[in-house]
Amino acid sequence: MNPTTTAGSVEGIRLAIAKRETTAKAVTEIYQARIAGEDPRIHAFLSVDREYALGQAEKIDAMAEKGEPLPKLAGVPFGIKDVLTLEGFAATAGSRILEGYRPPYTATAVKKLADAGAIFLGKLNCDEFAMGSSNENSAYGPVHNPHDLERVPGGSSGGSAAAVAAGMAVATLGTDTGGSIRQPASFCGVVGVLPTYGRVSRYGLIAFASSLDRIGPFAATVRDAATVLGVIAGHDVMDATSSPLPVPDYTEQLDRYEDRGVKGMKLGVPEEYFGEGLDAEVRAAVVGGIEKLRAAGAEIHRVSLPHTRYAIPTYYVIATAEASSNLARFDGVRYGLRAPQSDTLSAMYRRTRDLGFGAEVKRRILLGTYVLSHGYYDAYYRKAQQVRRLLTDDFLAAFHEVDAIVTPTAPTPAFRLGEKSDDPVAMYLADIYTVTASLAGICGISVPCGESRAGLPIGMQILGRHFDEATIFRVGQAVESL
Amino acid sequence: MPETERVALEDVRRVAELANVDLTVEEELRMRRDLNAILDYVAQLGELDTASVEPMAQVSEVLGAPGEGGPKNVSVLRADEVRPCLDREVVMEAAPETDKVFFKVPKVIER
Repeated sequence: MNPTTTAGSVEGIRLAIAKRETTAKAVTEIYQARIAGEDPRIHAFLSVDREYALGQAEKIDAMAEKGEPLPKLAGVPFGIKDVLTLEGFAATAGSRILEGYRPPYTATAVKKLADAGAIFLGKLNCDEFAMGSSNENSAYGPVHNPHDLERVPGGSSGGSAAAVAAGMAVATLGTDTGGSIRQPASFCGVVGVLPTYGRVSRYGLIAFASSLDRIGPFAATVRDAATVLGVIAGHDVMDATSSPLPVPDYTEQLDRYEDRGVKGMKLGVPEEYFGEGLDAEVRAAVVGGIEKLRAAGAEIHRVSLPHTRYAIPTYYVIATAEASSNLARFDGVRYGLRAPQSDTLSAMYRRTRDLGFGAEVKRRILLGTYVLSHGYYDAYYRKAQQVRRLLTDDFLAAFHEVDAIVTPTAPTPAFRLGEKSDDPVAMYLADIYTVTASLAGICGISVPCGESRAGLPIGMQILGRHFDEATIFRVGQAVESL
Repeated sequence: MPETERVALEDVRRVAELANVDLTVEEELRMRRDLNAILDYVAQLGELDTASVEPMAQVSEVLGAPGEGGPKNVSVLRADEVRPCLDREVVMEAAPETDKVFFKVPKVIER
């Protein structure tokens, strides 16, 4: 099975509907049938709503019938990671504590997809509160990798990656706090984009670590992912950290550079990303990809990002500190789960949070509370914020020399379910090449770049300057065509 | 490995109390093991001399001010004006217990 080839393209679907070669309803039904056929084995979807999707499709078909111009994502079947809200639809964040919760508002990124004609097939499985690298932390059971059902899809946006890989959605939205889009994209053999911090509004994203959380697309191709980012990006009054910078036309820029490819571009290769812990087959695939980029006309430069080895500890201090604060809101008072029959308010808080949170979420809340607590703040939290600046300065210096940086996305192909689930530090190391860009706020993309002998996908990560998504798309498209 | 344990059982209990999380005895032991493993790993940050490094809390801090060249991502405060918020009735529908005006909770004073 080659799961990714079964997906249609964004532009192809829109044009076919506009030309009346098919209908949005027919396209929607094809994908709904694939979900019915494939998802019992994969478990990418936490909820589906057939009627809602068909209702959206009907509106697109009515426009097509009248010959009206169709919006960018007209009739394109999407899945949405379950940490993003859609008014009236369950939003569990993969947690028991939000079981049954139906948010009264819609995330800005989701609203923008809807306004562009997207069809919402359902909400996608993920690690609880997006905390995890394997999707095994979902309270609703793990997602299975479509390339090998015994293996994890990566995390935390495992459902979002697996749905595209299995042809159950043309594109999906995921979120990335330390690698949660790029690493599952690598494990599932699809394209996943980490937009620059501030490029996409976070309004309606159930927060994990607010200075790191980002929303981005998954798709089968760089072009489709670029199209989706163009739709969801932009300033939003509901998120003070969203950027007022104008959003470029990413697909128009891809067209402009299609012939030239990467010719004359300067690409940096950081030695720190090719050291101990990197799987030999991943190294061979990524080094081979870099050699092909050189053959295609790119200048390859060695660059140094000397603080890389400090990124994982820095990330786990900052992310858990922010998480312990963000997750304080889940207290059984305003929404979600409440433990029954507590005599006092504080007992109700503690029992609700005990019942509602899984082990990894508790671990991170406790770690975050610890590093912020009296006597430890300077040693851990302040220290990590200082190292965050050093890591960011590494990138800013490197981007004086090169246009983009190419690395492996993850140190290994997809690992087996259960392989790392009892060792938090081993699990955290799955994010070793992705947390750096998260801390620095720069953009990144994971693009398929070969397979292991066992047939498992391998991803190449391309990192770009703040707000320079156009460049990483250009390199990504070149990697696709190698 | 460290000579002394960074996090003792009473630290786990203290932090769990601060975070309003109940833990079973087994969970306390597991959390002590895991927090020690993670903090041992985090300890390598101590190798770096950061005495003269400003902490970085937000990405916008490194993106420069207007007119300095490079990408601009100036945080702009929105105008301080009244805007509609979510409808109370809709919000209250999601609450575990409510009288439709207020959230209801168990008694606050513990005696």
